[in-house]
Amino acid sequence: MAKDTCGCGERCVSPLYEELDAFIAARPRGRDALIPVLHKAQALFGYLPAEVQSHVARALDLPVSDVYGVVTFYHYFTMTPRGRHTVNVCLGTACYVRGAKKVVEALCAALKIDMGGTTADRRFSLTSQRCFGACGLAPVIMINGDVHGRVTSKKIAGLLARYT
Amino acid sequence: MKAKPRAYVMVSVDANTVVIGAREVKNRLAAEIGLRGLGDEVRVVETGSFGSVSAGVVAAVMPDGIVYGHLTVGSIARLVEEHFVKGRPVREWILPGEHPLPDPETADARQLQHFGRIVLDNCGRIDPDSIDESIANDGYFALGKALTEMTPAAVIDGVKASCLRGRGGAGFPTGLKWSFCAKEVADIKYVICNADEGEPGTFKDRLIMEGDPHKVIEGMALCGYAIGATQGYIYIRGEYRLSIERMRAAIDAARRHGLLGRKILGSGFDFDIDIKIGAGAYVCGEETALIESMEGKRGLPRVKPPFPAQKGFRGKPTNVNNVETLASVPFIIHHGAEAFRAIGAAGMPGTKVYTILGHIARPGLIEVPTSVTLRDVLEDYAGGMRPGAFKMAQLGGTAGEILAPEMLDVPLNADALAKTGHTLGSGAILFMNESVGVCDFLHACIKFFAHESCGNCNPCRNGMAVLLELTARLKAGKGYPGDVELMEELVMGMKSIAFCPLGQSPAAPVLSALRYFRSEVRAGIDPDAIRPNPEHTLRTLLQLAG
Ligand SMILES: Cc1cc2nc3c(=O)[nH]c(=O)nc-3n(C[C@H](O)[C@H](O)[C@H](O)COP(=O)(O)O)c2cc1C
Ligand code: SF4
Ligand code: FES
Repeated sequence: MAKDTCGCGERCVSPLYEELDAFIAARPRGRDALIPVLHKAQALFGYLPAEVQSHVARALDLPVSDVYGVVTFYHYFTMTPRGRHTVNVCLGTACYVRGAKKVVEALCAALKIDMGGTTADRRFSLTSQRCFGACGLAPVIMINGDVHGRVTSKKIAGLLARYT
Repeated sequence: MKAKPRAYVMVSVDANTVVIGAREVKNRLAAEIGLRGLGDEVRVVETGSFGSVSAGVVAAVMPDGIVYGHLTVGSIARLVEEHFVKGRPVREWILPGEHPLPDPETADARQLQHFGRIVLDNCGRIDPDSIDESIANDGYFALGKALTEMTPAAVIDGVKASCLRGRGGAGFPTGLKWSFCAKEVADIKYVICNADEGEPGTFKDRLIMEGDPHKVIEGMALCGYAIGATQGYIYIRGEYRLSIERMRAAIDAARRHGLLGRKILGSGFDFDIDIKIGAGAYVCGEETALIESMEGKRGLPRVKPPFPAQKGFRGKPTNVNNVETLASVPFIIHHGAEAFRAIGAAGMPGTKVYTILGHIARPGLIEVPTSVTLRDVLEDYAGGMRPGAFKMAQLGGTAGEILAPEMLDVPLNADALAKTGHTLGSGAILFMNESVGVCDFLHACIKFFAHESCGNCNPCRNGMAVLLELTARLKAGKGYPGDVELMEELVMGMKSIAFCPLGQSPAAPVLSALRYFRSEVRAGIDPDAIRPNPEHTLRTLLQLAG
C-alpha cells in the first residue's frame, strides 16, 4: 500500500495518486507547475473532485482555495464526473451561421439531456465550446477529441452509435 | 545515396484534414507505393495546409502539378495503379481550379512564391517534421545572418524600418515593441509567442504552426537575439493537439541541430523554447492574462502599466508577439526591410494571413498583400458567395466589426480601415448571406463574450448579461422601444470603463451593425411592448414579502 503522502488519510492510496505524485516529482515545484499538474490529474481521474484538488494543493504547497480558483476559471477543468464519452458542440460564430443551433437541438433530443448534462447511463455528456479552430468544417462537434465536421441533424444518430 | 525521386506526393495533413483521415490516407499511399516497388521513385510527404478546407483530404503530385481532392483510404489502390503505374491521372478526382502550388524542384518558382507569400511560403510544400526541408528552403538563414553579421540593435532597426505591425489584433508596431524590451536591464528576459488563438473563426496561427513550425522558432530566436532574451515560451491552446505535436518535434530537431540551446551556430547567443499549454479561456489571449496563466494562476488581465516589456513573466521583461508576427520576421531579416515594404500597403506593409469562412464557395486559408480589398478576397480567393448573395462580413473574429456591401472596396489594412472608422482584427473573415439575421448574429457574438467574461469587473460581467437579454429580445421581435439606444449606450460605456479589452469588445460588432443595419435591428422592437418599471417591480416584491 502506498504511503499516505499528503496527510489526507485513506483516500489518497489509489494507484492513480502514485502516478500523479510521480508526475509532480518529475518537474520543478512551484506555482508554474499547477496548470500542467491539473491537466495531468484530469487526464488520470477524468475530473477534478475536491479530494484531488486538496491533494494537488498539498503536493504543490499551495492553498486549496488557489487550486479551486484555477480549476473553476478554466473551461477545460471540470469538477463533476463526465459520461464515458463527451460530446462537445462548437458554438463559435462560424459554426453558428452554418447551423450549430440545429445540431444542438438534435443532440439534446437524441440524448434526452440538456446542454451540460450527462445521460442517466453515464454514456454521454453534452458540452459546448466556442470554436475548435476547425471552422472550415463548420458545423463541428467533437466526441472525445475526434472532430466531426459538416454535422447535420441526420448524421447524429449514426455518429453517436459509434461510441458505446 | 538514394536516387532522387521522380515524383513527390504531398498530402496535406492539417487541422482540417487530419480529422477526416489524412494521416491514414498518407500511410496507405506510402504502403501502396512501397507494395508496387515504387518506393524509390515516388516519395510521399506529409505537408501543411494547401489553403483549401472544403476539398476533403488533398494531395498534390509534383512536379506534375496535379491536385487530387476528397481522397479516402479506399481510393488509394486505384490512384496508385492509374497514376503511378500506368501514368494516367484519375480525372474525376482532380480538383478543378487554380492551386497555388509551386514546383518543389525549381528555385524560380520558389522566388516567385516568395513574393506572393511570406509567412505561408513553405506551408503545403515542405514536410513540417523535417528540419532539413525547412533549411533547404531558407529556414534559419535569417537567424544565421543576424547572429553573424548583425548586432541586436541592427535587427531591431531592420524590423522598425520594415514597418511590421502586430498581427495579433492590435496592430502595434513590432520594432517599437521590441525596442522597449531591449532597453530594460535584467538578469533574464523572455519571449512569448502568443498561440492562444481563441477568437472564433480564426485558425491561421494553427495552420502556420502546423505547416511551418521552424519559421515560428526562427522568428522567436530572432526576437530573443534582438531584445537580449534567453528563454522563449509558446503558449498554445490545449485543443491544438497537432500544433503542439509539430512544435514539440520542431523544437527538438532545432536543438539537435544547434539552432536552439547554448551558443547557437557557434555564436555567443543562448536561447531555448518551451511549450505551455492553455486550459481554455479566451481572455488568456490577452497578453497580461496569458502571463498570469503561465504563472499557474487564474488568467485575469493585469493592470497596465507596468507593461510586459518592463514587468512580464515572473516579473521580468517580456515581449509578447503573435505567431504570424514572429513568422514574418525571418523574411524581413533575410531580404531586408525594403523588400518587405515593397509588398502591400504603405502604412501596414507585408502580407496578412486570413481564414475565410461562411457562405462562400471556397473556405480556406489565404495570405494576401495588405493592399487587397474585401471584394478581391471574395471574388479572387473565396470563389464568390455560395449560397446566396453578400449581405455582410465580420472582419477579425467575434470581436470584429461587421461590414456592409458599401465597404467591399476598402483595402484590408489598419490605415485604410481606420479612415472609415474600422479595425482589422485578428485574421478571420466571415462572409454571410441574407439568411443571417443581424440581431440573431449579434446575439451569438454576445453569447460568446458572456461565456468568456472572466467576471473580474462589473461593467463586463453585468453588461454582458444585459446585452444578452437585449439581443435576445430584439431577435425575437419583442424589443422595448428605446432598446437600440440602450444597447448603443451600454456598449460605449463598456468600451470606456471595462477593465480589459474583452469587456470593450462588444462595441465593435454592435456599433458597426447599428451603423449599417440600424433599421433591421430596429425592426426587432415591438412598439406596443412596455418596459417593466424596475421600481414598480421592486415595490410589488416588497409588498408580497409583507
Ligand atoms: C480578449 C483578448 C484576446 C486576445 N487573443 C489573442 C490571441 O488569441 N492571439 C494573439 O496573438 N493575440 C491576442 N490578443 C492580443 C494580445 O493581447 C497582444 O496584443 C498580442 O499578442 C500582441 O502581439 P502582436 O503585437 O504580435 O500583435 C488578445 C487580446 C485580447 C484583449
Ligand atoms: S473586462 Fe471582462 S474579461 Fe476583462 S477583466 Fe473585466 S470581467 Fe474580466
Ligand atoms: S467556429 Fe466552430 S470550429 Fe471555429
